Amino acid sequence: MAKLITTPNLAHPDDFYAKLIATHDGLTEDDSMALNARLILTLANHIGDQAVLEEALSVAKATA
Amino acid sequence: MFQDRYSLAFKLYPYAHSPDQDAAAPVRHPVIVVGGGPIGLATALDLGRQGIPVVVLDDHEGIGMGSRAICFAKRCLEIADRYGCGEPMLDKGVVWNLGKVFHDDRKVYEFNLLPEAGHKFPAFINLQQPYFERFIYEQIVEEQKKGAPIEIRGKNRVDGMTVAEDHVKLDIMTPDGPYQLEADWLMACDGASSPLRSMLGLDFEGQVFQDSFLIADIRMKTSSFPTERWFWFEPHFKSGASTLLHKQPDDVWRVDFQIGWDVDRKEELKEENIRARLDAMLGEGVEYDIVWSSIYTFQCRRMKKFRHGRVFFAGDAAHQVSPFGARGANSGMQDVDNLGWKLGMVIRGEAPDSLLDTYDEERIHGADENILNSTRSTDFITPKSKVSHIFRNAVLSLAESYEFARPIVNSGRLSVPCVYDGMSLNGPDALPGGPARTRPGASCPDAPLGDAFLLNQLGNRFLLLTIDADAPDSLTEDGVAVTRLALSRDQDPSGALADRYLGDGASAVYLIRPDQHVAARWDSYDETAVRTALRKACGKE
Repeated sequence: MAKLITTPNLAHPDDFYAKLIATHDGLTEDDSMALNARLILTLANHIGDQAVLEEALSVAKATA
Repeated sequence: MFQDRYSLAFKLYPYAHSPDQDAAAPVRHPVIVVGGGPIGLATALDLGRQGIPVVVLDDHEGIGMGSRAICFAKRCLEIADRYGCGEPMLDKGVVWNLGKVFHDDRKVYEFNLLPEAGHKFPAFINLQQPYFERFIYEQIVEEQKKGAPIEIRGKNRVDGMTVAEDHVKLDIMTPDGPYQLEADWLMACDGASSPLRSMLGLDFEGQVFQDSFLIADIRMKTSSFPTERWFWFEPHFKSGASTLLHKQPDDVWRVDFQIGWDVDRKEELKEENIRARLDAMLGEGVEYDIVWSSIYTFQCRRMKKFRHGRVFFAGDAAHQVSPFGARGANSGMQDVDNLGWKLGMVIRGEAPDSLLDTYDEERIHGADENILNSTRSTDFITPKSKVSHIFRNAVLSLAESYEFARPIVNSGRLSVPCVYDGMSLNGPDALPGGPARTRPGASCPDAPLGDAFLLNQLGNRFLLLTIDADAPDSLTEDGVAVTRLALSRDQDPSGALADRYLGDGASAVYLIRPDQHVAARWDSYDETAVRTALRKACGKE
């Protein structure tokens, strides 16, 4: 069974983080929320595996 | 004393004084059905066709006005066809396959139901509920002519009931005053606000959705729309938070506006206000008549149990869903389909009383599936929080350009029959490589047989369907007879039968219930195994 990767997996974390923040440049708070929603849905479809997605949801919720 | 709660589309069974009203003591009937809606009438039809005397009590004298349920699904039509009234429904109904989804002023995507070939009935027809009920009623009249012991009493309102261990006593009001009846078995098909449920003080819990919907049925005078299902999220014409347009027979279109919770119903139902919404949607110069209009709200909820001793609840009286997905009347018909043969067998002494408990098991499973699906549709159509609204619109934005998001769009997951997986009447699934769709618990899918169809040869009794397998032509186990339907791949040029019933197997033996659900299946005939499965399917194991 596939498992959520919780160890480092991004080759260039600074590059990704900078791109993520830059993508939100100039957006209102509502537009940013909408963008995040589209992003989550797009990534979720790419992952596809319900068990992995539920694990990711738990991680996100538990670390608040 | 007698006030109509609604006006009638068809007056069919005017009040007539029954000799029972003059009897010294309450007359006892085997089965009384309370409620003359589609579910009550279908129950009477099912039992009457089995020769079981049934009396229907309706507080009106026919079928109520208004289109109400308009979308009837394949399984519901197949059940009606088993009762003999599926074909007139199909002839009158509108068949549609194409659906379009809009957001604001943009088309998000369109879908085609892509019907599978080789079925007598399409995935859906649109048909106004009064027609659906009238076709059932007309079949009752046909069956009465052939001697079916069905009696319908108009303007007979049940005002009270007393439930005993082995019967039920009813207090009934008529234009001639009150009388009493007794019944061995009582079917409560008295609708969402079920007075019988209240009389018994039974629970009915679930989720109330705080939104109202305005229905307008319109007949176009100058223009027309295609025979398609159009659904708008947040339409640019601002006539509602969502809007549905759907064609019905007689050149009538159903328009359904989501108008919010806090509305002045009387104000909204004024013709000029309905027309303002319609005109904004249809544009200038489109002429139409308003045939019927109504405002509705809904709940998703069910009773904890549908069987209460000698009393059974069915249809909206037992469970309610949102209208999204056409799961109201369609699931009620599956209730009737499920209970009819079981009650018949128990009344004839062919099966134990415990068989009736499986009505609860199987139909509560069905109701829960419908409630789950219709609640999810409702949450998508009417988001309850800001974040839910943002995600909903994110799905719609993505769906415009990307195919992956389209399956997430939920404007109603259209009703399909539930499978009674893992339930106590099911026997073994001993057909290696057999298709999942015909596993024990599933309703049989149709298949063409020459110029005819498979389902017309199944149902009403236990049946052994063999495909390229030997078996005796009949057998009887503890008073229950099974007859064989012998088929072969030679009769299946389209390959649909093999695809739906054999899968990777070379031969198959199916034990099929009177409601056309699969009880068990094997790759070859084994007498002991069939007898055991038959006992199990009758609640005897």
